[in-house]
Amino acid sequence: MTQPFIGFEKVSKVFGALTVVDQLDLAIHEGEFVSMLGPSGSGKTTILMMLAGFEAPSSGKISVAGRQVDQLPPHKRNMGVVFQNYALFPHMSVADNIAFPLSMRGVAKAESDQRVRRALDMVQLGALSDRRPSQLSGGQQQRVALARALVFEPQVVLMDEPLGALDKKLREQMQLDIRDLHRRLGLTIVFVTHDQSEALTMSDRIAVFNRGKIEQIGTPNEIYDHPATRFVAEFIGETNLIHATAEAADGEVSRVVLANGQSLSVGRKALKPGEQVCLSVRPERIKPSGTQENRIAGTVRDVVYHGDHLRLIVDAAGQTVVLRSERSEAAPTIGDGIEMSFSPRDCWVVAR
Amino acid sequence: MNVLGFSKVVFGLAAMLFLLAPLAAILPLAFTDSVFLNYPIASYSTRWFNELVTADVWRRSIINSLIIGFGTTVLATVLGTLAALGLRRQEASWLFAFARTAFLLPMVVPAVVLGVGLQLMFARYNLANSYLGVIIAHTVIAVPFVVINVSAVLQAIEPRLEQAAASLGAAPPTVLARVTLPLAAPGIISGAVFAFATSLDEVVLTLFVAGPNQRTLARQMFSSIRENISPSIAAAALIFILGTIAAATVLNVLRRYRKPARAVS
Repeated sequence: MTQPFIGFEKVSKVFGALTVVDQLDLAIHEGEFVSMLGPSGSGKTTILMMLAGFEAPSSGKISVAGRQVDQLPPHKRNMGVVFQNYALFPHMSVADNIAFPLSMRGVAKAESDQRVRRALDMVQLGALSDRRPSQLSGGQQQRVALARALVFEPQVVLMDEPLGALDKKLREQMQLDIRDLHRRLGLTIVFVTHDQSEALTMSDRIAVFNRGKIEQIGTPNEIYDHPATRFVAEFIGETNLIHATAEAADGEVSRVVLANGQSLSVGRKALKPGEQVCLSVRPERIKPSGTQENRIAGTVRDVVYHGDHLRLIVDAAGQTVVLRSERSEAAPTIGDGIEMSFSPRDCWVVAR
Repeated sequence: MNVLGFSKVVFGLAAMLFLLAPLAAILPLAFTDSVFLNYPIASYSTRWFNELVTADVWRRSIINSLIIGFGTTVLATVLGTLAALGLRRQEASWLFAFARTAFLLPMVVPAVVLGVGLQLMFARYNLANSYLGVIIAHTVIAVPFVVINVSAVLQAIEPRLEQAAASLGAAPPTVLARVTLPLAAPGIISGAVFAFATSLDEVVLTLFVAGPNQRTLARQMFSSIRENISPSIAAAALIFILGTIAAATVLNVLRRYRKPARAVS
């Protein structure tokens, strides 16, 4: 196995009695875009701060490009860091902010000017080089911060919720821009966010954190379609968690029973008979008709209008099930009896 | 205007009158032609200002005040800024709390107590009756003003800015020189102005530690009131007040333009 570009080995961080990061093992490859996703307090920012050198791990080893870095001060780590509130130097112009890392590296004035200009063009801010950061909008400041973190061609770029302070439209634009830069420049990016849709949009791989541990790491697709735990299923996107008991596992197909005695078939997964489980089924995978293999009958409790679709909230088998419904269909109304169905492929079993 | 608003204005004006009336009473006498410090003023002249710059004791004392004031400003600003940087970390240890209190103590210790102590100590170290001695004494009471002002701006500096500088390759001394100090400049300058003003009007410590050669303007005014009262003291007071107003104006301008100066690159 090749050595990972960035490696965490049994890294812990303890503040007093509080274990913020617990025995973390993580490998990130060169050129990869990895998101650390989790609720606040899950330890994801602390991990980034340890990688950048602002926090020292309580135990464990961090290495980058085959070199152990956990004892190295931040200014010797050669990593570009983009902070949530941009952290631009307010007493310097935009151009001086971007030139700062170059001047730290003793780059000659002429070359520095040229690289600053290229970096400004890259983030489409060429005309604003003489402005002060306070004269820029939030989105422009974020672009300057990005240019400053990339201009010295660092081996790793770390981003700590860089888009958190922007409004929705701008955030989506910046997500695409950053993804584009990542592809074009072949950067290794570690991106911390609590916004699951941001992580799904941008990442090669997502590490989902909960209480200082990785719950699951995988591609956005794996994480969304095959959540390893109930926490991941609930944290990523929206899902229905239907309580059930495992019945039998005969080769390809497993069967579970609902509280009302109804039996459903689920995808491949080794289940012990009698085990209490949850079925995670995404709302968009449930059809408001009986066309799929697993059928459940219920009563519509509420219909919520969402513009491009409707959400049906249905009482079924003693539980609440949410599903999406196209507007064009003859939509059910509150109080209607309804038959829903989903394919065994689209329901994923997680521990309860 | 309602009654409450009206009485607020009246009270405010009365308070201002109370504070400014003594100045209004003494200052016009700076321009009297008479040798007595009393009203009515028969005719006006600038002879007392003339005396300030020509009479040896007054001229000497103004020069002394400037020498000692600038010396104090430089020393207190350097020491106070270093102290504020050192005390910056918000650590809850008793050592930090003790150090913080120790730096602010000269503001509350009676000047007489400090004066006696300094006089005894200076006599032992051959600093009595020297410029350096007076500058050190003034620095002791000026440092707290610098510490307070610089601490306030340091507290307002986003720690992320210094982390950003470090991540971009700046070693700690470079972070200090290119990020922290430029951002702290407004506080350092207002601390320096306070230090100068403190030195300028310090009398008690000066009485204890200064010799005849270090007689400052404030000290000279103090003794001239007792020895021979003349309108030159009103002229000196006017200069004093103008100096103070100038310092206050500098501070206000700085506060208005909170944007600190550009870092030297």
